[in-house]
Parts: sequence; C-alpha cells; structure tokens
Amino acid sequence: MNHILIAPVILPAVMGALIILWMRADLLLQRVFSIAGTALLLGVAIYLNWLASSGEVLVYRLGNWAAPFGIVLMLDRLSALMVALTATLALAVQLYAFGSGWDRKGWHFHALWQFQMMGVCGAFLTGDAFNLFVFFEVLLIASYGLMTHGGGPMRLRAGVQYIAYNLAGSTLFLAALGVLYAVTGTLNMADMAARVAVMPAEDTALLRTGAVLLMLVFAIKASLVPLHFWLPSTYANAPGPVAALFAVMTKVGVYAIIRFYTLVFPQDTVIERVVMDLLLPAALFTLAIGQIGVLGTRNLGRLAAFAAVGSVGTLMIAVSQFTPQATTAAIYYLIHSTLASAALFLVVDMVGARRGDLWLRLDSVMPGNGIVSALFFGTAIAVVGMPPFSGFIGKLLVLDATRETVAAPWIWSTVIVTSLIAIYGMARAGSLVFWKAYEFQDVPMAAAAPVPPSVGPIPAKLEPDEHIQDLEDAASPALAAASVGLLLAGIVALTIFAGPVTRFAQDTAEQLHNPSIYLGAVLEDQEGTK
Amino acid sequence: MELLLSSAIGMLTAAGVYLILRRRSFAVVLGTTMLSYAINMFLFATGRLVVDQPPIIQKGVTSYTDPLPQALVLTAIVISFGMTAVTVMMALGAFLEGGDDRVDMPRSDREPEVSRIDAGEGRA
Repeated sequence: MNHILIAPVILPAVMGALIILWMRADLLLQRVFSIAGTALLLGVAIYLNWLASSGEVLVYRLGNWAAPFGIVLMLDRLSALMVALTATLALAVQLYAFGSGWDRKGWHFHALWQFQMMGVCGAFLTGDAFNLFVFFEVLLIASYGLMTHGGGPMRLRAGVQYIAYNLAGSTLFLAALGVLYAVTGTLNMADMAARVAVMPAEDTALLRTGAVLLMLVFAIKASLVPLHFWLPSTYANAPGPVAALFAVMTKVGVYAIIRFYTLVFPQDTVIERVVMDLLLPAALFTLAIGQIGVLGTRNLGRLAAFAAVGSVGTLMIAVSQFTPQATTAAIYYLIHSTLASAALFLVVDMVGARRGDLWLRLDSVMPGNGIVSALFFGTAIAVVGMPPFSGFIGKLLVLDATRETVAAPWIWSTVIVTSLIAIYGMARAGSLVFWKAYEFQDVPMAAAAPVPPSVGPIPAKLEPDEHIQDLEDAASPALAAASVGLLLAGIVALTIFAGPVTRFAQDTAEQLHNPSIYLGAVLEDQEGTK
Repeated sequence: MELLLSSAIGMLTAAGVYLILRRRSFAVVLGTTMLSYAINMFLFATGRLVVDQPPIIQKGVTSYTDPLPQALVLTAIVISFGMTAVTVMMALGAFLEGGDDRVDMPRSDREPEVSRIDAGEGRA
C-alpha cells in the first residue's frame, strides 16, 4: 500500500489548516505557503501519474480495513490525470490571484483555496460512493466561501442562489445513494459494480431509479441543460480567479459520470441504455444553449460562463457514447476545455480590472489594450475550437468518434453550427471591447458617474487593520498576464503533443472500459488487511 | 409504520420543494431544511424498518438492525446542519447588502442600467 495516494487529500487539508491557524495575519506568508503547497501538490500529482502509467489500479485502504467495509481511495489513469489537471490549473490561477491582488479583497482566500483543492482531489481519488458525497460537500462548502470572496450585493445574491441550488443537489445525491444502498446493500463502488452485474434484469426497477437520480446529481454539477441555471450568474459574479478554478468543478461532475457509468453501471445493461438515451439530447441542448448564450449575452463575464456551458456540452456528447474511442476524445477535450475556460475567465477578469465593468459596449481604450486583446484573441480561438489550437483537435476527435452512431447527423450538425455561432459571438465581443474602443472618444461626463464595480476591477483595499498586512499594492499585472500566458502555453503544448496525449487518453479509456481490473484491485488481493 | 414513515417523508419533501421554489430567501432556507429532514428519514428507511433491535453486536441477541444508515444519517445531519447555518448567513448578507431578500437575480445582472451610447453621449 503506497501512502502517497492520500497525499493529494492530506496536503491541502494540512496546508489550509496551517494557513487559517498560523498565518491569518500575514498575507505574504499565506501566499508563499499556499502557492508552495499547490506546487507540491502538482509534484505529487506528476508522481501519481507516473505510478498510474503502469496500467495498474492502485488502492489505498484507510485504516487498512478490508474493501467493502472500510473506505478505499483508488488511483487509475483517469484519477491521476484529473488530479494533475487540477493542480496545474490551481497553480496557474493562484499566481493570477496573487498577481491581480484578488486574494487580499476578503478573508481566508488561500485557506478556502486549499480546502477546495482537498475536496476536488478527494472526489477524484475516492472509491466509495458516500465518500464521494462527503468530498463533494467539502469542495462545495469551500466554493461557497470562494464564490462570495470580496462581497458586494450582486455577488452575495448570486451566492445565495448557488448555495440553494447545490443544497437541493446534495439532498438529491443522498436520496440517490439511499436508493442504491437499499438495492445493493453496499456503498463501495467496486462492490456495488460486482453486485449490479449479477442482479437479475427484472429486479432492476429501483436500481434504475437510483442510477437516474445519481445522473441528475452529476448533471447539476456538470451544468447540463436543463440543470444549468445556476451556472451563468454564479460564474459571471464570482471573482475572476475563482471562476477560473470553477472550470474544473464542472469537470468533477463529468468525471463522476464517466466513473460511475463505466464502472458501476457498465455498457449493455438496462441502466446504461436509460442513461444514454437521456444524456445525448441533454448534451446537444447544452452545447446549443451555451453557444447561443455566447452570442446573446451583453456581458463579458456571462460570455465566459456560457462558453463554459458550451464546452461541457461538447464534452458530454463524447461521454454519452460510452465507447473507448469516444471516451478518448472526451478525455482529450476535457483537458483542453478546462484550460481554455479558465484562461477565458482570467482574460475577462483582466478586462474588468482595466475597464471598470464588463458590459459589451463602447468605451474608451483601456490601458494595456494590446496585451489583453492578444490574450483574448488566443483564448477565444481556443474556446470556440478553431485551428490551430487544441480545441479544434478535440472537436475533430469527438466528431470522428461519433461518425458511425445513429445520432451522427444530429451531433455533427449541432457541433458545426454552434461552433459558427460561438465564433460569431466571440468576434462580436472582441471587436466591441478591443477594436472599436479606438473609435470612442472619452467624454468627461463618463468619468463622473462610475459604475459600481460588481465584477472584476481592483476596488478599494480592505480596511487596513492589524489582522491583514497592508501590502503596498503588491498586485503585479505582469504576473497576472503571465499566468494567463501559462494556461495558453498549456493549450499550445496540448496541441503540439496531441499524439502522445491522445495515446495516453486511449490507454485511459481502455482501462475505464475494462472494469474487471478495478474490481480485482479493490475486492481481491487484500492480504494484510484487518 | 411503513405508511406513517413514507407519508411523513412524502409530505416533508412536498413542503420542502414548494418552499424552495418561493422567491424569498427565508422560505428557501426553510425548504432546504425540510428537504434534509425528509432525506434523513429516507436514509433510515433504506436499512429496512425494524423495531427494538440493536445496531451493535450484543450477547444473546440474534437479529440486528442495519447500522450503516445510522452512520450515514449522522454524517448527513452534521453536513445539512452546517449548510443551513451557511445559507442563513449568506441570505442575511445578501439581504443587508442588497436591500431585499429576493432570491432571483435582478435585471441589472444581465443588462447594463444605462448604456452610455443610449444616453446620447460619446461616439466621435
């Protein structure tokens, strides 16, 4: 048993506690330790990827209790990849939060950030359904704090909505788990899979109910239409770096769908068909509504949020096929869309910091227009999936994987038409904000009535008191821009190394679609347990 | 007893869903509380309903109730209790900052209040 498996959960938990107990008063220390902690997490994640690359499923039994009774953590290629993706994203975005000064606009930003990491990594690593619920709650509770970081009436109101929606989702999750427990008598995912596999088809009515309930829960997290309503206002009103980190939160939902419906309810069972029939239309609608939202919105923050919804749609089209080839495409597009959505949120935040608001309307030329517009241009290309960036390769993989399915005409036409809509929406936003700004003569009256900064801009500092070290304007715009560049560099690397990444995704998909490896690792081979 | 428990769960859920759909945050908080009560009872029922049987091994006892749902309910109660507190604080914050306790987003979340172009300014 390799104890490093639990490090992605323990490390942020300890770091978060240390930050809140020892470094409350010292923002500089918080920044150093928090960023160092995330970097360390990235190191651990890379090591975990190396461990998982053998194709073996590693199991960590907490307290060394035997599998169906104790809680297990498990590491396969997909969970290792997700942890690494989370750590990479978190590091880049944290540098942005530091550079833009967002982390000193409220209390406990770094502590909450670490707890968020703990929840996300735990959700990726756990092999127990109820434990998954607990980690979902951990990441949600941290995200409530992060989402309302900095305060302001609009953000708090969006926060209340976000909390109410997710509380309803959590109760639904418990209901689903209750049903599944009542039917299978276990909560260990591997054990549940083994019992579902031998269940006679005529006894599966309640099981199907549980499976669909669980699907609804994960669909809320992944913001699938028609359960996406929480996302646009939440993401548009969240602080920029937080929204960028939340790009991985929708992927937690997608991950859970992939995990549950390849492992517990695998192909060619009754449940799989029910889920597939629901999932594909939902994914197509998600894509369409996301991209139409990109075109229809009048606010850059909401534009980024709708782009995130659209990317989940494309992703779920691939996931809903449940074939190894489609899962390969899904994994590749998942990496891409996480990086691209996060970069877009950060660029939008940079715009907000310079312009004072995010409305798509003519305004005077903002400072640093050149670099911000270049970053927006690159990110927009990546988000809508035009060549030369990896979004294009990802969409090609998705289209290729769905070529021979019955629904292929629907999928192809939706993907292609909505891509065009998104390109138009992005082009309109970019030209309004960056290009036409030069046509606009600044009028003195405009400066007299500043819009109250609800999103993005660097507002007045917190009241300096003895609890927060009043750093003399430590915000470094160069570092902020560099961290967006870092994310874009990740996208470029994903494009250049598309071959190796696709092969890795292929291995991952094959491992996922062969759940017997996982069952063997968790349920058999348990010598030395209590 | 089955009828009593299931109708209680059903009524709590119905009340919870109705309250969640209200537009004021106080009703929504009450609704989530009701829902979590309903779910806690539901989780109890997933271990089958039995009366007067211990969940932990004792001498001279042959039949037991399922202990796992009780542990799950304990976790769920702790989480939902904490979450209710968070919701109340957030709703209070939104009420104090925003001036009303409506849950829905105001129009100014989607549209700028007055466009500078519409106001007849600017544009060289």
